[in-house]
Amino acid sequence: MSAPHGTTAGESAEAVIRFVEVTKSFSGSKGPHTVLDKVSFSVPRGLTTVIAGGSGQGKSVTLKLVLGLMTPDSGQILVDGKDVTRLRGESLRHIRTKFGVLFQGSALFDSLTVFENVALPLRERLRLANDEIEQRVMTTLEQLELVGHENKFPAQLSGGMKKRVGLARALQLDPEIVLFDEPTTGLDPIMTGEIYNLFTRTQKRIGYTAVIVSHDIPRVFDLADQIVLLNKGEVDVFSSPEEIRFSTKQYIREFAANTMTLCNERTKDREHP
Amino acid sequence: MIELSQQTSTNALPALFRHVAALGDYAGYIVADLGRMGVFLFRALIGIFRHPFRFRELVKQLNFIGTGSVAVIFFTALSSGMVLGLQGYYSLNKFGAEGMLGSAVSLTLIMELGPILTALMVTGRAGSAMCAEIGIMRISEQIDALECMAIDPFRFLISPKFLATLISVPLLTAMFDIVGIFGGYLAGVTLMGVNPGAFYSGMERSVTNHDINLGIIKSFVFALLLVWICSGRGYFVQSIRGAGFGAESVSRVTTQAVVFSSIAILIFDYLLTAILL
Repeated sequence: MSAPHGTTAGESAEAVIRFVEVTKSFSGSKGPHTVLDKVSFSVPRGLTTVIAGGSGQGKSVTLKLVLGLMTPDSGQILVDGKDVTRLRGESLRHIRTKFGVLFQGSALFDSLTVFENVALPLRERLRLANDEIEQRVMTTLEQLELVGHENKFPAQLSGGMKKRVGLARALQLDPEIVLFDEPTTGLDPIMTGEIYNLFTRTQKRIGYTAVIVSHDIPRVFDLADQIVLLNKGEVDVFSSPEEIRFSTKQYIREFAANTMTLCNERTKDREHP
Repeated sequence: MIELSQQTSTNALPALFRHVAALGDYAGYIVADLGRMGVFLFRALIGIFRHPFRFRELVKQLNFIGTGSVAVIFFTALSSGMVLGLQGYYSLNKFGAEGMLGSAVSLTLIMELGPILTALMVTGRAGSAMCAEIGIMRISEQIDALECMAIDPFRFLISPKFLATLISVPLLTAMFDIVGIFGGYLAGVTLMGVNPGAFYSGMERSVTNHDINLGIIKSFVFALLLVWICSGRGYFVQSIRGAGFGAESVSRVTTQAVVFSSIAILIFDYLLTAILL
């Protein structure tokens, strides 16, 4: 059940995505497993929402539900007021044009080069002339420091470069909302910092609404305007990591204790490197 | 005694219910799977006519499915034709009817062996690759990425494979027939000494347009079956019960796709022969 704590960014700004009483279960060998149980929360426009929680708590499922790649058992998911759970075909495709997605494994097309991967949405969606596509792709590759790699195939790239190419592709059409599914998983600390820098720069430039699903706590909290914690089908919404500490729920206090220790360690590291 | 028998029947009932429930569950899964595959076929065929048409992808697939299969079809056809020539000669010689060898070889190849062996070879070579490729794209979220970019995965990915298979398999079947007949000629006429005039005239007299049409219809139907089953199983790799996860699921589903396609081709071969002969 939704249990908001204090006034969150989601309540003060206009909501671009709204989960209303959403339930999602999966069948397993030991019967159905409920991942989301009548979950309600909002994602404020133009801000950054971080979805955190342990493994198997439904973080990536939440993103797939927003995109209409999965349908919930019950409830509504509103994107700009339209219920994606009821949309099919062209109308669902139209809603998806608002999104850019950076997948956990980048989801680059193996048979296409870096250039062709980034050019794909321009070719298929906008159907621009080749000259214009080349100009726009090269500008994006330059911004993400990928020039010189445009003729390589995904198999020839490092994990960090794949993420950058995935981000370049996700941002190619200046989306209103960008979903990041574990954007720094498998990356070293330097590359992780680079991805967050790119995120901050591109969000400032394009002004998109960001939803980040991540395990990278507490680093990812530095970017958050709102934090959504998922645990055993329930959801709790906070406007800052400090606010998490004052929760009355046991698991959240435990989560906060761990998180705050990490936060403090990071602050010490920054002050005394 | 009565008590014991009552107890046994009470214990047996839940077990029976569990079996019936499992059977019902499996039947439900089969119906859902057939429904999924039916919608998949419809969307793949509609995707062929959706704009913009991916001509370069079609050429790439024609090259992979068609040109790439020429060598394997050539050798299968040559070997089948030569074996048919030798065995035909052996059987017909007993009745002094070697002159009928051209007729026997050509009819068998055009109506039966050409379409079926071509379809089975293309299933093994290109169908399995198609299934694995689409399956890997599914588990690595590449198909999800297409959908998120509002690109129809059928028009982009599946339909070019359908069209390329529907063009390639009948052409490969025609090639199989010609090479197979040549193989039969080589074994029967060159090696066994059958009169070449008798071989040609027997073939010319017995093969009718109806026989050729039957071969063409079969090759189209087999092409549709193999591309539908192979690409469909890959597309739904995560929804197939018992397939497992990750790379293991792709390997299991690829094996399943080849087996299902081959069985479907053999069943439809009988049905088409029974209906159209």
